[in-house]
Order: sequence, then structure tokens, then C-alpha cells
Amino acid sequence: MVQLTLPKNSQMTEGKVWPKPEGAGELREYRIYRWDPDDGNNPRIDTYHVDTSDCGPMVLDGLIWIKNNIDPTLTFRRSCREGICGSCAMNIDGMNTLACTRGMDEISGTVKVYPLPHMPVVKDLVPDLTRFYTQLASVEPWLKTSSPTPEREWTQSHADREKLDGLYECILCACCSTSCPSYWWNGDRYLGPAILLQAYRWLIDSRDEATGDRLDNLEDPFRLYRCHTIMNCTQTCPKGLNPAKAIAEIKKMMVARSV
Amino acid sequence: MAKSPGSATAKKSVKQRPVSPAPSVNSKAYPFVDHTFDVVVVGAGGSGLRATVGCVEAGLKTACITKVFPTRSHTVAAQGGIAASLCNMGPDDWRWHMYDTVKGSDWLGDQDAIEYLVREAPAAVYELEHYGVPFSRTEDGKIYQRPFGGHMQNFGAGPPVQRTCAAADRTGHAILHTLYGAALKHNAQFFIEYFAIDLIMDEDGACRGVVALDMADGTLHRFRAKMVILATGGYGRAYFSCTSAHTCTGDGNGMVLRAGLPLQDMEFVQFHPTGIYGAGCLITEGARGEGGYLTNSEGERFMERYAPSAKDLASRDVVSRSMALEIRGGRGVGKENDHIHLHLEHLDPAILHERLPGISESAKIFAGVDVTKEPIPVLPTVHYNMGGIPTNFWGEVLTSKNGNPDTVVPGLMAVGEAACVSVHGANRLGSNSLIDLVVFGRAAGLRCAQVVEADAKQRDLPEDAGQLAVSRLDHFRYASGGTPTAELRMQMQKTMQSNCAVFRTGEILEEGQEKIRKVWSGKDDISVTDRSLIWNSDLIETLEFDNLISQAVVTMDSASQRHESRGAHAREDFPDRDDKKWMKHTLAWADDAAKKVTIGDRPVHSYTMSNDIAYIEPKARVY
Repeated sequence: MVQLTLPKNSQMTEGKVWPKPEGAGELREYRIYRWDPDDGNNPRIDTYHVDTSDCGPMVLDGLIWIKNNIDPTLTFRRSCREGICGSCAMNIDGMNTLACTRGMDEISGTVKVYPLPHMPVVKDLVPDLTRFYTQLASVEPWLKTSSPTPEREWTQSHADREKLDGLYECILCACCSTSCPSYWWNGDRYLGPAILLQAYRWLIDSRDEATGDRLDNLEDPFRLYRCHTIMNCTQTCPKGLNPAKAIAEIKKMMVARSV
Repeated sequence: MAKSPGSATAKKSVKQRPVSPAPSVNSKAYPFVDHTFDVVVVGAGGSGLRATVGCVEAGLKTACITKVFPTRSHTVAAQGGIAASLCNMGPDDWRWHMYDTVKGSDWLGDQDAIEYLVREAPAAVYELEHYGVPFSRTEDGKIYQRPFGGHMQNFGAGPPVQRTCAAADRTGHAILHTLYGAALKHNAQFFIEYFAIDLIMDEDGACRGVVALDMADGTLHRFRAKMVILATGGYGRAYFSCTSAHTCTGDGNGMVLRAGLPLQDMEFVQFHPTGIYGAGCLITEGARGEGGYLTNSEGERFMERYAPSAKDLASRDVVSRSMALEIRGGRGVGKENDHIHLHLEHLDPAILHERLPGISESAKIFAGVDVTKEPIPVLPTVHYNMGGIPTNFWGEVLTSKNGNPDTVVPGLMAVGEAACVSVHGANRLGSNSLIDLVVFGRAAGLRCAQVVEADAKQRDLPEDAGQLAVSRLDHFRYASGGTPTAELRMQMQKTMQSNCAVFRTGEILEEGQEKIRKVWSGKDDISVTDRSLIWNSDLIETLEFDNLISQAVVTMDSASQRHESRGAHAREDFPDRDDKKWMKHTLAWADDAAKKVTIGDRPVHSYTMSNDIAYIEPKARVY
């Protein structure tokens, strides 16, 4: 059954309002989800004020500024800070995206930051992505061939290579999957948009020779068919990819092979 | 208050694993979860994953420990491509690639290792393609190759060669994701978001394993292994402005220094000519490979003056110095005349879309520039560490001991940017890094297959095994001084940026030595706020800072003692290369307790690997 209210221990409380930094220039208010697994308390929303004259323009810059200058316990993942590693995916201003490529100036008013929705929280803005990664492994994301391997490269035409564009660029940030209501409800059995996009990336690779096996693996009322074209995935993807289209293409391949 | 680590582990199955009594520190126990493997790889970037795959293929029980999920390693950010003489676009030869690499290294590279690299390169790229890397393609369906800085035909004579195999401008991303898939295919065992703290060394100086912290639940894990392979990357974050990720903190280098082993050639820090002004994000050299060029405030294509033949495709150190000189000469662009313009707007938008889509996006996000209409503001930015852990071309770690400069350290290997093989010498050529990762990652796997016996029983660990890691962890976890980690880190980064940059002088370096030592001593007053063990990023950043600061110190000291200019190390007080005195690798040891650095050296190998090519004699380096 769908749970329409948060369990008691997940209900959010008003947290600490941290003092404004002294002698600061322009201030920007951040309201950030905090949860510490050690203290046994409910999650809370802490309020901070970031001195934007002393800080880079992105939401991630603000988070790092808070960690460096106000509260070193604020916990979040980050690495490349240029939108390619996928570490700093979080829910910002109501939208799943990367903190490193979302400018503070794209948000009006308070910057509200939550972890990716509907995932177990490890601490603050760090979700547990174990299941997501297991699902990735389940689509066997590697090239499968049975023809004798050539001494040099497998050849691939320009047109065939172009079919991978819009797919191979996925950074596995999980923004799309965690924006999908169907994944929220059936994430244990539905693979979700990110993983299905990965699956399609190998299905459509002209070099791959395991199309049938790959489709068999997805032919299941849950793994593939829980996509109800809600399209949140495509709307939220910080890399401008279209997972919904990839899923539709897989469904078309399923139909094509059954007629 | 933090709970004991025991209660934090309850939700995981680790309880069932053997738990041995822990050494007690301040009467607080940190129980170890013990593991035994044939090989433990630390790091899951390009070289770590390739080494892991190789070891698994060889039938060795292999663990790969990584502080970030593998596809988040910084290999993912490599853009331009991977160099190999495939001849898909025209004539090429591994000997030309070798010549270019030797010349790029300003003759500091070891030529036996360079020969190994360039000869293995084509096979390594085909292997990646067979794993599934989505390379861009030529009209006849082969791997597309683009021109890159310093890569020439005919032993440097030119014209530029198209040697750099590319997947648009996301080659590192394409390779890293594919290598992770290959590791999954081989069923490699990963320990993800485990932070490796220290090596376990025994009384004979052999490496016996590594201790790591599981960030998710705060448990400490002791890995016993016949071979530890460090694939921990570079330490760009010792500087204030770098293209490197926040996680590029050279943790393996830090562990090696603490184990009493030296690092090599640390003075050679590469500044990439085109980091985005302000943000520091990388714009690939492939942008110039595809026809982009640099201009100063007078609109002049100044590289024609500094490198009449290669122009904008000269070696990175040459281009970065030229840019710095233009800015110093008052010909920088912008309000402060403090940066340079990179032009792509003359290129066909279709080409930009097909071959440079990633940097078009980055320029829009981080500089607000539409590359089809305006130039990108750029500045030389710290990008790559040629220095690192000295190894031979099998990846075995070397130290200088009892008069033998090539003494192998038993049980320890290093690959990738963490290692100094040395194929890049004093300056790395663009696209030679990705090939370094896979060639030497593969070599390490092959070597392990030879020297590690799969079924052999391992000796018990020394009694105090892991003590160093536990004491450091506990020390920093409860550190209650007056200076937060972030403040010390900023002091270090600012010092490196101002005192160990593109141009160096004895005076500035000596001041830098004094300043960086203050930061080093400042560590005694460090303060950590978060006391928990679950995802304590305050603590992890502090352990990373501890790794960074020792590397920063040896970098400054190594730079100060090298009285010549070679590759990326440009001394204004010693403007020429001096092969008589300085044709040698620098070694640096650091004693953290005494805050003392010891400098030594190793000879550069003046021989090649085979008789197929003779040693390339040093000559003047002109582009």
C-alpha cells in the first residue's frame, strides 16, 4: 500500500537557525535537511546564511562554504564540481539535480536542500544508493559478443555510433530514478529510468550481440513495465538526457520481437 | 554524543565476520574486521579498475577499496582522449609517439618505461574498445583520433599527428564507466566508500596490507594481502585553483610518505593552459586540437611567437608559460587583464556539437559563454602531478636503499597518477595520462599473475598491524585545537598557489618553504567538530588534509632544491636545463613527527627496453 504520511521517526522538525556571519556582504538563506543517525532524533531543517560575496555561484559552493565556515558537520557527497561525476545529486528547490551545476541565481528566495527523495538516508544529504547500484549490475552493463574478437577495433558506422548519443553520457547520479513515483513505490522490483537508460545503451549498441538475452532479462511486469510515462525523469535529468524515450524504445523492441 | 562503533554496525552483516580484539587507544577500542586477499587495489579510477580486472582474470582473490563509487573517480572528468599510434587518420609509428613523449618529458622520463607505454598503447586501446567504450568514429567506422599538443609526425619534425583516440570530449567518462562494467563482468569484489587510512608495513619493510574505514557504518577493516596496489590518483587539491576534483588528495602518496618511503619528482606540477577563469573547470586541449586558438588583449594569436611550428598545440608547459608571460606583460584580457581568451567561435557548430559537446556545456554553465559566439576566458590551472610513488614499468614500488636506487619494496605496487614510472618526466603530454592508466594498470595485473601465488597461505600480520591507522583516526576524530581543517587547508592551498606556481625563483620558494612548514606545524592545533564515525566527512577531510600537507611540503622542498628549468619546473633564477647536474629524479622522504624532509635522487634510465629503438639523446626542446 502507498503510505501517504511519513512514519513518525521521519517527520521533520524545525532545526537550528545558525547565526548570520559577521561582517558579511550579500547573504543568501539556505534551509537544509539534517539527520544524524547517532542521536536518535527526528530529521530537522537547519537554517544557514551564506555570504555570497565570499563564495562561488553554485548551490554546491554554498554548501561547501557552510561546511568550511559555519558547520563542519554538514554532510554531503561531492567530487568533480563540474557535473560529470554525479556525486552531488540532491533535491534543490523541489527538483532533483546536481548541486555543482545549479546556480544560486536560478533559484528565487531561500535555497531549500533535501536528499534525493524516497531513498534511505545515511546522514544529512547522503542517501544509500546500494540498491540502485545493484540494479545497474543486474542489466550487465558490458559489451557482449559471440563473434570472434577482431585484432583491431570492432567497426561501427557513424550512424550506429550516433545512436549511443544521449545515452552513454549518463552519469548515474540517480536524479531521474528518485524523481519517479513508480520507482518510489516499486523501487525494489522496478529498475527505474536511469538503469533502463543504461540497459538501452547496450541494447542499441551495434557491436553488442546479446540483444535477445538482454530483452529477456527485462521482460517482466515490474522491471520494465512499471514505467507509466510520468516523464519526471526527463524533466529532471541534469544532463538533458531523455530516459523516458529510452524506456519507450525498449518497449518498442519488445513489441517488435513479439510480432 | 557518538555511539560506540559496535552499535553502528548492527544493521550490517559484518557481525558474522571474525572480529579480533583491537589495540586500545585512549582506552577506546576500535575493533577490526579482518579480511584476507591475494591482492588489494586501493582506488577505482582508470588504473585501479584495470588492475583489478587483470588480477581477477589471473585467478587472484582481489579486493578493490575506493572512497567514492567507482564511476565518480576523477578519471571520469578526462575529456580529450587517449594516445595510441593506431594510424586510423594517417601515418603514425610508436617510435614517433615515443620521441614525442621523451621530448615532452624534457628528457626526465625513463625511456625503458616510455617504450613499454607506447608499444603497449594500441593493444590497450583495442582492449578498451572490446570492453565497449563508445569511441567516436571515422567515416569508415574506425576509432576517431584527433590532434593533441606535442604529438607530431616524423620524430617531432611535424606536421601534427592525429593520435588521440576520442569519445567526443568525454573520453574519460566513457572509459571509466566501461571499465566499471568490465569489473562487474569479472565479478570483482568492491569495498565502496571505504577510506583507506594507512598501509600495514612489517619490520622487513614489506607491505602486508592496508587499513580502511567503512564510511557508511564506521567500522574499521584490516585487509591482509600479498600485494597492495595503490591507484589513488594525484593531489591537485594541494593548490587553491585546480581542475582536479575535491577528492584528488593523493591519499596513497600520503600513506607512502608515512610508511617511510620516498616520493619522486614532486616539483613537477602541470598547469593546464585552459582552466575556466574563476571556476577552474577544465576545457580540453582537444579544443585546440580541433582548431581552437588563444589570443591576448590585442587579439594577437601569441602562440605563434612562442612556438612558431606547433603554435597552440605546443606542449602544455610551454603554452602555460607563454600565457603567464602575456598576462605579466599587461596583455591579459578582462577587467583585470588577468586571463586569456580561447576561441572556438570560428569552428563549424556541427563539429562543436559532435566533437566538443561537453566543454560547450561547461563553458555555458561556468563562464556564461556561448562558444559558437564568444571566446572562453581561460587561465593556466593546476591539472596533473608528474611526480608520485617511484615504480618500475611493472608497477612495483621502488626505493633507494643500500646504494641500490631501484630496490623493490615487497608487497607494494602503484599505478596511474599516484605513480611516477616515470613516463611523463618533467611534463606530461595531453592524452598520455589515460593511456598510462590502462597500460600500467594492465601491467600491474600481469605482474601480479607472475609474482603472487593464488593459493599460498599468508603469514600472520605483525602484532601491532594497523596501529598507525587507529591512532591517527582516533587522534583526528577527537582533535580539539583552535584551527578548523578548512582554515589550515586554505592556508596550504594559498601558499602552494602563490609560492610554487608556473614561474618560480629561489626567493619565492624559500618563503614558500617557511610558510608551508607553518601550516605543517599548525596541524598540532587542528580542530574537528564531527565526532561520529558514520559518514563523518569532517574527519575524512581532515585525514585527506593530513595526506595533502605532507605532499605540499615535499613539493615545495623538491622545487626549491632543483636549480634548473625543466618541463613544468620553470626557475627564473636558473632559466636553462642543466643535464650535467640535474639529469636525475628527485626523491623526497618526509618525517611528519620531526617535520623534516630528506632529499635524495635516482638516476634517469639512459636506456630503452629493447634493441628496437636507441636511447633518445637530450637536445634543445623547441616546438
